[in-house]
Amino acid sequence: MMTNFLLTPIILPFFTAILLMFAPKKVYYQRVVTLVSLILTTACAVYLIQTIHTEGIQVVTFGNWPEPFGITMVADMVAMLLVTTSVIVALFTVWYSFKSIGIEREKFFYYPGVLLMLTGVNGAFLTGDIFNLFVFFEVLLMASYLLSVLGGEKGQLRESIKYILVNVISSALFVITVAFLYSVVGTLNMADISVKIAELNQPGIITTIGVLFLIVFGLKAAIFPLFFWLPSAYAAPPIPVLALFGALLTKVGVYAITRTYTLFFVHDTGFTHTLLLVLSCLTILAGCIGALSTFNVKNIIIYNIVIAVGVILYGVAQMNEDGLMGAMFYIVHDMFIKASLFFLVGIMIVVTGTANLKKMGGIMRTYPTLAWTYLIAAFGLAGIPPLSGFIGKMLIVEGGLAAGNLWSSLWILLSSLIVLLSVIRIFIYGFWGEAKTLVPKESRTHYKQLLIPSMLLVLLTVAYGIGAEWITPYMQDAADVLLHPSVYTDAVLKE
Amino acid sequence: MEVVMSFAIGFLFMAAVYLILSKSILRIIIGTGLLSHGAHLLILTMGGLGGEAPPVLADGVTNMADPLPQALILTAIVISFGVTAFFLVLAYRAYQELGTDNLDEIRRILADDD
Repeated sequence: MMTNFLLTPIILPFFTAILLMFAPKKVYYQRVVTLVSLILTTACAVYLIQTIHTEGIQVVTFGNWPEPFGITMVADMVAMLLVTTSVIVALFTVWYSFKSIGIEREKFFYYPGVLLMLTGVNGAFLTGDIFNLFVFFEVLLMASYLLSVLGGEKGQLRESIKYILVNVISSALFVITVAFLYSVVGTLNMADISVKIAELNQPGIITTIGVLFLIVFGLKAAIFPLFFWLPSAYAAPPIPVLALFGALLTKVGVYAITRTYTLFFVHDTGFTHTLLLVLSCLTILAGCIGALSTFNVKNIIIYNIVIAVGVILYGVAQMNEDGLMGAMFYIVHDMFIKASLFFLVGIMIVVTGTANLKKMGGIMRTYPTLAWTYLIAAFGLAGIPPLSGFIGKMLIVEGGLAAGNLWSSLWILLSSLIVLLSVIRIFIYGFWGEAKTLVPKESRTHYKQLLIPSMLLVLLTVAYGIGAEWITPYMQDAADVLLHPSVYTDAVLKE
Repeated sequence: MEVVMSFAIGFLFMAAVYLILSKSILRIIIGTGLLSHGAHLLILTMGGLGGEAPPVLADGVTNMADPLPQALILTAIVISFGVTAFFLVLAYRAYQELGTDNLDEIRRILADDD
């Protein structure tokens, strides 16, 4: 009975979404039910983290099949930390949406879309079966198609076509790659695949499949050179959807790369992980160039998503304890901070009526609280101690130095400065300087309702940074699972 | 048999790539359909084409077909069906809104708006 409990982060949002579909026009009902369900899911997720910490990895196989045959769900610390973070981000996004997404979208299945996407995201984190991972990817993608096109503005339609096409192709590649893998190892259970690959001692064909997986997941995670679709596709939908996409979707791809590159393809790290390292450094470079090249506040933060993906994967590529723990710290931090930055940038767009930095200025005079909250979030993103980005980035760089990658570690440090520059530019141009005209007062009434969830989320990231000491044991568990595939496989294939 | 299947799959992928690279959204959608057909056939082939008997335990039967690729294909077909349906509706909506299904035209229309 206890083990079935690990399904709650998937089942609760799913059934709530179904309940919501019965009364799409009752906005108040939609809001309350969504909020209650997300709070419940958060509670379950936090409880599960504690259970995993004390009792070890939780496993459930559907239909009571013996282990490699049924579809297995595995809640280890890596998955559960990400699930909890996703649910909390979704909770704040829904709160922020009340006053920003617009009543029209709320009446057309916006909340069911968010919850179904969360179902897919949580399922992708929790599944222990590679084909089931594909299915959950499709669940979250289908919901993300809905969210990206909801509203039907011309720009949204055009970007959604591109977004869907890219993802359809990447899904086909995913199926193809799984087929190749199945023909070599003859199993789909991730723990079993790990054991079988270790028995075969990873011949060249498996390494090739590993690179194929990197392409498939890299398209979702937006690594270099596969990030081309991301900036324009993410910029089209409204801010809450953008925050949700930016915080959750690319991270699912990053998680999938992390999982496959720590569980399956660990016997030829000289090739696969060096490739990952080089690509992650190039990803950071591409993101930095993008972030500095634009004056659109949305796009500046969107390019910072690409940079963060590079930093996390750089930590994963080190394959030592510091690097992996740093990657875990950083991925959780990044999900929180990206959501809060998108929220704050969204408020800037609401009060100025433009996303163009050159047309903003002097917002600080009217809205000092917004300015200082933004500054804290910006410092947190760049990783200034003791804010949340610091500990993760420090561990990642330590891991890089321990693995003997001096120059690339220095590049990570340098990239933090570029990140800082790119977000401080928003502060200097937007908040300082000559006051330019804001939109009329009556049309920016929801300022407070938007600021409160944003401030709370920023506060959460500050707490995450200062409280890193208390979170370390959990991160240690996560790094342990990533570092030793046997921990994962033993827990799943125990009988 | 595997060789024949390989050629069939390769041909499907070739046609899919050709169609996806064209400018009309409708052709692109047909291309994605062919792409997923190719992927499904590939799963079947990679799972091994042998196996005469149905995969049910019975006395004296050894040469059973592998049931797993069939289950995978069924799932993948359903998913690609759903995605294609959504994509078609989206293309129709885009056609209504923008008045064309040519991607170059769509880009031009939106560039004028900016």
